[in-house]
Amino acid sequence: MTRRQRVTQWPFWSMLWKEFVQMRRDRPTLAMMIGVPAIQLVLFGYAIQTEVRHLPTVVLDESHSSESRALVSSLENTGNFTIVGEVRDRVELQERLESGAAEAAVVFDPQFEHDLKRGRAAHAQVIVDAADPLASNGAIAGASQAGAARSLDLLRTVGRGGPSIDVRVRPWYNPGLKSSVYIVPGIIGVLLSMTLVVINSMAIVRERERGTLEQLVVTPIGKTSLMLGKIVPFLLVGYVQITIILVLGRLLFNVPILGSLTTLYLMAFPFIVANLALGLLVSTIAETQAQAMQMGLLVLMPNILLSGFMFPRQAMPVLAQWIGAMLPLTYFLKILRGILLKGIGMEVLWREALILCGFAVGLIALSVRRFRKTIE
Amino acid sequence: MSAPIQAAPPAILTHGLRKTFGASVAVEGLDLEVGRGEVFGLLGPNGSGKTTTIRMLCGLIEPSAGQATVVGIDVIREPEAVRWRIGYMSQRFGLYDDLTVAENIRFYAGVYGLAGAERTERIARQLEWFSLAGRANQRAGELSGGWKQRLALACATSHDPALVFLDEPTAGVDPASRRLFWSLIRRQAEAGMTVLVTTHYMDEAARCDRLALLSRGHLFAIGTPESITQQFGLPTIEDVFIELQRRDEGVVV
Ligand SMILES: Nc1ncnc2c1ncn2[C@@H]1O[C@H](COP(=O)(O)OP(=O)(O)OP(=O)(O)O)[C@@H](O)[C@H]1O
Ligand SMILES: [Mg+2]
Repeated sequence: MTRRQRVTQWPFWSMLWKEFVQMRRDRPTLAMMIGVPAIQLVLFGYAIQTEVRHLPTVVLDESHSSESRALVSSLENTGNFTIVGEVRDRVELQERLESGAAEAAVVFDPQFEHDLKRGRAAHAQVIVDAADPLASNGAIAGASQAGAARSLDLLRTVGRGGPSIDVRVRPWYNPGLKSSVYIVPGIIGVLLSMTLVVINSMAIVRERERGTLEQLVVTPIGKTSLMLGKIVPFLLVGYVQITIILVLGRLLFNVPILGSLTTLYLMAFPFIVANLALGLLVSTIAETQAQAMQMGLLVLMPNILLSGFMFPRQAMPVLAQWIGAMLPLTYFLKILRGILLKGIGMEVLWREALILCGFAVGLIALSVRRFRKTIE
Repeated sequence: MSAPIQAAPPAILTHGLRKTFGASVAVEGLDLEVGRGEVFGLLGPNGSGKTTTIRMLCGLIEPSAGQATVVGIDVIREPEAVRWRIGYMSQRFGLYDDLTVAENIRFYAGVYGLAGAERTERIARQLEWFSLAGRANQRAGELSGGWKQRLALACATSHDPALVFLDEPTAGVDPASRRLFWSLIRRQAEAGMTVLVTTHYMDEAARCDRLALLSRGHLFAIGTPESITQQFGLPTIEDVFIELQRRDEGVVV
């Protein structure tokens, strides 16, 4: 019997091989990893599309003209507004909006028709309760659509160089109004951090629950091999998820991809790694898979609320901004929106990319430190 | 290491080994010496500290006090160095249910640094030695107790360790499988591997070269099965065990 062991291979490779074999066989988890982002995105998108229909709307018409009534019916025809009544003055309008009886209001100045008749641009105002960014987004779309339609009609009747209707949308409560294309890229980031943290932490806790971790710990496998063996396979999963959401976002919601995909995928790397390391960190604390799941969801909440996914960070209290600054998602959202919607690249986003790299390295170091090759 | 080879150090040598969990003492001042190539049995009622002892010797938990040398290496100071030389089969077997029999062996052999043709050869050898060849491609999760147990032993010894710890390897396994398993243990020992095994079966205790009896973390008796029965003036190990348990729990059996 040989007494000396010849080391011919880094244990990491065996770990990696095992993870891939297990991943391939664990169909439910595989389905979850791929299905959940797809389902979430579609559900979210569906919500966006229904929210914007039939906003209860009140009208404050101080011009009492046929032109104003024509615009109101145009607005209604877009399907985004349902007129629920008329109000007499601004005080009543505010009451209706604040009580929630109406979520939008259309306001015509007394000189609306007058302006039109004299060939000037006539202004109508659409006020939206923009606390719900999805709803206000619908209002904007509907209002500009209706305005354009009416302008076109007027153009036809009056001829070239005629007056136009300019419908101004004034969002209330939410100055940094978002559009749906603004939100969908954010979903990529939110879903990635949710699924990656949860899946990875559960993968380790499962080994502990089944008793295989105890067995692994007595082998000479290093902590780094163990951790990397858990990170690398899920890195691939992260990229598959990004791709699924991007493709679906493009097909279903017309999310533009103005910038370079290569840059996006490159910058996604530190973000995915940071989230996986966070999962590892959770796994060093959680004792059961259920606990890991709950902690993962706990991580998710600040990500949704404070990263700028739902609400603009500038409007948040300082403390919330600070917490947000500690979330990798905050920076990845800037990258996602910058690349997809603005078409900017590394030359602008290098700071965010650098910060994400810092997160990745820091979180890995922390989880390797916290992970003990003992079982107490 | 490079000094002229004197007598090889014992497989296990502990002095005053102690482990406390909070206020409760799991192992108290254990002095143990296990020679190379011995099949050494660790006996004791539930909760007497057998698993805790093994875990300390594997470097899985840190002792609260005392010293332990395993295959000549200080476990407390160099747990990683010990790991290359030992194998461990835990009470829970530590098999991956979703991997096949051959894949489980391949994984553990690989984690111990084996690769290429050497690993392929070793997998084949383990499959044959442990009578697993017939189900090489079956998932470990589908195996019955006796097969799982042999697979766990094959995994724990794929790297030819100098010493293997077996924590209740035969719990819940039928008599025929137990007999087969013990013949495998014996063969490993003949090949020079030291075996430290815990068990609740008295027939298995009788098959060990030497035994240590633990009770509430204390070492009660150590020696060959015969010397222990003589020491207690009782006919069988089982009687000694029951006597132990009686003192331990203050119950009359
Ligand atoms: N991680 C732990 N935390 C607290 N107490 C523990 C821990 N592990 C073991 N103990 C306690 O230490 C004592 C010895 O436990 P141990 O598992 O070593 O016994 P054992 O002899 O292996 O028992 P069994 O025959 O049931 O396997 C028990 O009282 C147990 O409750
Ligand atoms: Mg035990």
